[in-house]
Amino acid sequence: MTAPAIIPARGPADRLTALFWRRPRLLLALLLTPPLLWLGLVYLGSLAALLLQSFYSIDEFSGRVVPEFTLKTYAELLRPSNYDVIIRTVLMSAAVTIGCAILAFPIAYFAARYARGRWKAIFYLGVMLPLWSSYLVKVYAWKLILAKEGIITWVASATHTTPVLDAILALPIIGGNSLSTSYLGMFAVFVYVWIPYMILPMQAALERVPTSMLEASADLGATRAQTFRTVILPLALPGIIAGSIFTFSLTMGDYIIPQIVGNSANFIGMAVYQLQGTAGNIPLAAAFAVVPIVIMLIYLTLAKRAGAFDAL
Amino acid sequence: MRSDRASPLLKITATLGLLFLHVPILLIFLYAFTTEERTYQFPPPGLTTQWFAAAWARPDIWEALALSLKVALIATFLAMILGTLVSAAMSRAKFFGREQITLLILLPIALPGVITGISLRSAFGLMDIPFSTWTIILGHATFCIVIVYNNAVARFRRLSGGVMEASADLGANAFQSFWYILLPNLGTALLAGGMLAFALSFDEVIVTTFTAGQQATLPIWMLEELIRPRQRPVTNVVAMVVFAATVVPILLAFYLTRNGSETAGAGK
Amino acid sequence: MTSAVEFASVTRHFGSASAPIKAVDGVDLTIAEGAFFAMLGPSGSGKTTCLRLISGFESPSSGVIRIFGEDVSATPPHLRNVNTVFQDYALFPHMNVRDNVAYGLMVKGMSRSARYARAEEMLSLVKLSSYGDRKPGQLSGGQRQRVALARALVNEPRVLLLDEPLGALDLKLREAMQDELKALQKRLRITFVFVTHDQHEALSMADSLAVFNDGRIAQIGTPEQIYAAPRTRFVADFVGSSNVVPPAMTAALGGPVQWSSLRPEATSLAATGPVTGTITALRYQGSSTRAVLRCGETDIAALIPTGQPIPEIGSTRAFTFAPGALHVMAGE
Repeated sequence: MTAPAIIPARGPADRLTALFWRRPRLLLALLLTPPLLWLGLVYLGSLAALLLQSFYSIDEFSGRVVPEFTLKTYAELLRPSNYDVIIRTVLMSAAVTIGCAILAFPIAYFAARYARGRWKAIFYLGVMLPLWSSYLVKVYAWKLILAKEGIITWVASATHTTPVLDAILALPIIGGNSLSTSYLGMFAVFVYVWIPYMILPMQAALERVPTSMLEASADLGATRAQTFRTVILPLALPGIIAGSIFTFSLTMGDYIIPQIVGNSANFIGMAVYQLQGTAGNIPLAAAFAVVPIVIMLIYLTLAKRAGAFDAL
Repeated sequence: MRSDRASPLLKITATLGLLFLHVPILLIFLYAFTTEERTYQFPPPGLTTQWFAAAWARPDIWEALALSLKVALIATFLAMILGTLVSAAMSRAKFFGREQITLLILLPIALPGVITGISLRSAFGLMDIPFSTWTIILGHATFCIVIVYNNAVARFRRLSGGVMEASADLGANAFQSFWYILLPNLGTALLAGGMLAFALSFDEVIVTTFTAGQQATLPIWMLEELIRPRQRPVTNVVAMVVFAATVVPILLAFYLTRNGSETAGAGK
Repeated sequence: MTSAVEFASVTRHFGSASAPIKAVDGVDLTIAEGAFFAMLGPSGSGKTTCLRLISGFESPSSGVIRIFGEDVSATPPHLRNVNTVFQDYALFPHMNVRDNVAYGLMVKGMSRSARYARAEEMLSLVKLSSYGDRKPGQLSGGQRQRVALARALVNEPRVLLLDEPLGALDLKLREAMQDELKALQKRLRITFVFVTHDQHEALSMADSLAVFNDGRIAQIGTPEQIYAAPRTRFVADFVGSSNVVPPAMTAALGGPVQWSSLRPEATSLAATGPVTGTITALRYQGSSTRAVLRCGETDIAALIPTGQPIPEIGSTRAFTFAPGALHVMAGE
C-alpha cells in the first residue's frame, strides 16, 4: 500500500498552519498588530499629545495650562530671548557638524582605503565602541579634561604653552573663564560625542569609490589636491550628508552637554527640559520641541534630494 | 603605486583620531583612583582604592543600579519580541504601507531624544499617568525596537528565502519551521540586537529624565552628581561600572554577529 | 492508470484585479503516474508557477489541481505528499547533512535512530555515505544537489518536483547527473516533474513534456513527437532549432499554404531546387558544417557532412530535403 497523496492534519498546529496558508494576510496582521499598536499608541500618540499641547497656552496668573487652541505659544518663540536660543542651537549644530566632518575625514578615508585585515577590524571596532558606549561617561570624561585644574591646563604648563591657552580663552564669544565654561569646550565635547556617527556613513560612501577612478584621475594628470576636490569629495558627499543628519539632529536635541559644559547659555533641549520641569510650562516646552522636528524634516527633505539615503 | 600606500600624514592623523576617541574614557578609570576629592586635579596627587569601598557602601547607588538593570532587562525583552515580530512581517512580502512602517520604526531614533522624552512626558501629563518604573520602560522599549529590528532584518535578508519553503515542503508546520529553522538561524542576530538594546537602555539618560519623575536610574544618579558633585571619585567608580555594563554586551554583540556572517559564508 | 497530477483549466493571476498578470492561463494537463515529466519553456512562461502550484506555494486563482485524484485546493504544502528539489537547493545551513536529510522524518515524529538509519540509506543511494557530519557550506555544488535530492526522496513522496535541477552545475557534471537522475527515477518508480529552460535537458531526460509559452501550454507529447512534429512556430523554434518555413515557401516546396518546419539535419544544399538563396554563414561543428542560406526573408539552416565540399559565403545555392521531412504545422 503506497502512502496517500494528502497527509491528514495531525493536530491544531497543522490546522492553524493551513489557515495561515489559506489567508496569508491573517499571519501578517497577527505579526504586525502588537508592534504597530505599541509604536502607534505609545510613540505616535505621544507625538500627537506634544503637538496638541503646543497649541495650548499657560494662564499667566494661575500658571495652569489652558486647554484651548491658540497660536499664542508659538508667537512666544519669536520673543528675542527665545529666538536667540533657537539661533544659538542651530549655529552650534552647524558648527559641530562641520567640525565632525573635517575631523572624521582622515579616519574614514584611511579606514575605507588603506586599512586591511586586522587593522580594518580594529578601526571598525574602534569607531563602533565609542558610538555605542555610555554617552554620559563620555561627557563626564570631558568634564575632567576641560576642568581648570584638569589635564589640558597641565599639558599647557608642562609644554610652556599656557600663554597660548590663555590667548584662546581670551577670544571673544567662544572663549571664557576656563575651557569647561566656554563655547569652545562645549563644541569640543559635542564633536567628540557625535563624531562616530559621521565616520561610519562617510567610510561607507568612500568604500564605494572604486580605486580605478582615483587612478584614472591621477592618470589624467590631476594633482592630489585636484583629485580630492573633483573626485573624492563629490563621491563622499552623500556619506557626509548622511552623517550630518545624525550630528545635526543629535546636537540640536541635546540638553545634557550644555548643562555640564559651557557658560550656562540656553539651548533648545535645555529650554524644553527646564520649561516642562521647574517652570511647568508644558505648552511652551512643546512648542520649542516642535522646532527641531520642523528643522529636521526640512533637512531630511534636502538630504533625500541629495541622495544621502543611499549611503545610510 | 600611490593608491596602495597611505601618506604618513594620513596614517598619523587617522591613528591620532582613533586615539582621540578612546583616551578620554581611560582618564575616567585613572580618576577613580585619585586621592583628590574636591577637584579634577591632573595629575592625581596620589592613588587609592578607597572609593570602591565608598561606592560599595552607598545604598543610593545600589538602588539606582537595581532600577537600571530592571528597566534595561524588561525593555530589552519587550523590544526583542516586538522587533522580531516586525522583522518577520517585513521579511515576508511586499504589502501596502511597508515604507510607512519602516519610517515609524526608525522615527524614535531619528528624532532627537529630547523630542521622544517631552512627547511621552506630555502624554503622561494629559492622561494623568503617574511616573513609575513602567513609564521609564515604556520609553526605553520604544527606541530599543529599532535596534533589534535592524539586526534581525539584516539576518532575514541573508537567510535564503527558500529554507522556510523547504521546511514546509518537507512536512513541517509553521510552528515547527519557526522552531527548527527560523529561530536557530536568527538566534545570534536576535541576541546581538538584545545586547545592543540592553546597552542602549542601561545608559540612556535623555528620555529617562522626562519619564522617571523622582526615580533615579544609574545614569540619572550620575547626571545629578555631575551637576552637583559630592564625592567626585565615587562618581568615577560608577562611571566605570556603567561603561563596563555597556561595553561587555556591545563586544558580545559584535562577537555574535561576526560568527553569524562566517557560518553563512564558508562554514566552520 | 491513475494520473499523478492533473490540472483542470488552472489559472494563476498576479497583481491587481483590474490589470492582472496571467502567469498561468487556463492550463489543462495530465501527468501519468511514474512519468518523468518535463515542463519546458523560456523564463516567464509559467512553468515554475505550475511547479509551485503542485507543491502548494502558489494557489490557483481559478481551476482545480488534483494529486492522485484528490483535490488539493485546501491542502497546505506541508500536508502534500510531494517534495521539491529547489533550484538553489535551500539546504538548512545550520544543520549537518544527516540532519538535513532526516528533517522531513523528524517533523513527522520518527525516532532518532530510525530516521538516521533512513537518512544513511538515502545518502548511500546518492553516493554521499561519508558526508553525514558535514555542513552544507562545506560541500560542492554537485554534492549539495545530491543532498537536496536525498532530503526530498527520504520522505517517499508520491511526486518529486525538481526546479531547474541541473541549472547551477557545470556542463560535465550536468551530463553525469542527467543519467543518474534518469536511473534513479527508473529504480524508485516515483513520478518526477522537472522544470527547465534547456531543451536538450528536457528532450534527453523526460519521457513526456509540456512546452510552455506565455502562461499556456503550446504542446504536450513525447520528446520524439515534439521534436519531429512541432505544432506551432514557437515550439519548432524553441525546441528543435528547426527551420520555420512560411506558408508561401511551404507551397513552393510542394506542401499546402501553411507554416511548416524542416530540421537542419534533414536538409542539404543542392545546385538547383524550387527555392534558392545566398550562403550567409558557415559554422564548423566537427561531424558536420552548419550552413545558413538566406532565402528572401527566411533563413534556412542545412548540415553538410564533413568531407563534402563547402560552398563559399556569398555563393548562391538551393536546398533539398529527405522525403517526408517537411512537417506541416497545425497551429500558428
